[in-house]
Amino acid sequence: MKDKSLVSITDFNKDQYLRILEIAADFEKNPNQKLLNNHVVASLFFEPSTRTRLSFETAANRLGARVIGFSDSGSTSVKKGESLKDTIIMVSGYADIIVMRHPREGAARWASEVSSVPVINAGDGANQHPTQCLLDMYSIMQTQGTLDNLNIAFVGDLKYGRTVHSLVQAMCNFNANFHLVSPEELKLPSSSKMHIKNSNLSYTQYTELGDIIPVADIIYMTRIQKERFSDPLEYEKVKNSYVLTKSMLEGCKPNMKILHPLPRINEISEDVDETPQAFYFKQAENGVYVRQALLAAIAGVK
Amino acid sequence: MNKEQRHLNVTAIENGTVIDHIPANNVFKVLHILNLENNKNQVLFGDNLDSRKYGKKGLIKVSNTFFEGNEINKIALVAPTATFIEIKNFNVVTKKQVEVPDQIKSIVKCFNPNCISNVENVPSRFTVVDKENMKLLCHYCEKITARNNIVFF
Ligand SMILES: [Zn+2]
Repeated sequence: MKDKSLVSITDFNKDQYLRILEIAADFEKNPNQKLLNNHVVASLFFEPSTRTRLSFETAANRLGARVIGFSDSGSTSVKKGESLKDTIIMVSGYADIIVMRHPREGAARWASEVSSVPVINAGDGANQHPTQCLLDMYSIMQTQGTLDNLNIAFVGDLKYGRTVHSLVQAMCNFNANFHLVSPEELKLPSSSKMHIKNSNLSYTQYTELGDIIPVADIIYMTRIQKERFSDPLEYEKVKNSYVLTKSMLEGCKPNMKILHPLPRINEISEDVDETPQAFYFKQAENGVYVRQALLAAIAGVK
Repeated sequence: MNKEQRHLNVTAIENGTVIDHIPANNVFKVLHILNLENNKNQVLFGDNLDSRKYGKKGLIKVSNTFFEGNEINKIALVAPTATFIEIKNFNVVTKKQVEVPDQIKSIVKCFNPNCISNVENVPSRFTVVDKENMKLLCHYCEKITARNNIVFF
């Protein structure tokens, strides 16, 4: 993976996913390894995302790299009308790896084509967020001991949730059985269903959250946003039907874990936090190890 | 229409290419895509001509100009039925059919307004994922531009 950009989750293959997860497990045991002492990592956030930025910058710091960049394009030459291409060419003259978040879809792909150093996509509009997908996979592996043959339930906004689309795509490599729980208006798009079918796997669609509790190994919760509904009444009807509470967890499999890309609003009630099923905060922490693994692999030191 | 009239409609050329069976009203798009607006040779074209096969059709004749396969396939989006007839010394030498290419570059706009290719000076790039229904997967935003929202530059 040395010098390879990661823009979409499909840029890597199954072996490469597994290799990243393996390196990440090593960083979890021993996070402070100064392997990138002589490296400069550019962290270019053309739109703010505190959570993702802090995770990447922590990863870079734990590896001993120096971090340059900005957390919001408002204070940069981008605001003066500089093109993305020019910004990237300039920064790739300074840094060894570029991590970028941008509000436009396809921005990271374009950047990877004009940059002379590898680019890691930390989110391009509604399109891709591959490091989130890798940390989701890491969390699944960590809690289940395997990625193979699992029952994975996705709950909430399956239409616009980009983390759902990427994770569905990635888990198609591991013979997953998909359980899709969403309101009628927010079902998984046909392009994602096509991936499942093309991998000769199956999925089941539900509208009731309760139906999947006894079968799921992983429940992947997502936020349902009001602005996604054409009819506000429709939102009012469903907003409380995809909320996971402690009492609902009775009868779940002993190995079942709940994941969420965070931030949550109300879709996981706070009484769930104290249950052994809650894994979303650990999942966020895992993001640092996975990003360390990715930076190290791309820099060619792991 | 008798033979003589037909002849007048489509004056013969000595050397060059006749692009026949262009869907009616797409002649101007074909002229644009093949950059014939800037061709220094004689260019003749007609639109809404009678066609036995299609009812109405468009037709272009260009003197002293011949097209390579990848140029021919550029017009697949607007004229998938077109035939390129190469003429040498007033004789038909070859006939080439348009084929839908696997990749399409710089001809079509991505339908997604938030795609980087529509915001910055990025040449558009698509993979044709469905040749029959003309579905184009954007190389940048990874969204599908379908036949009904194809816009040309
Ligand atoms: Zn696009």
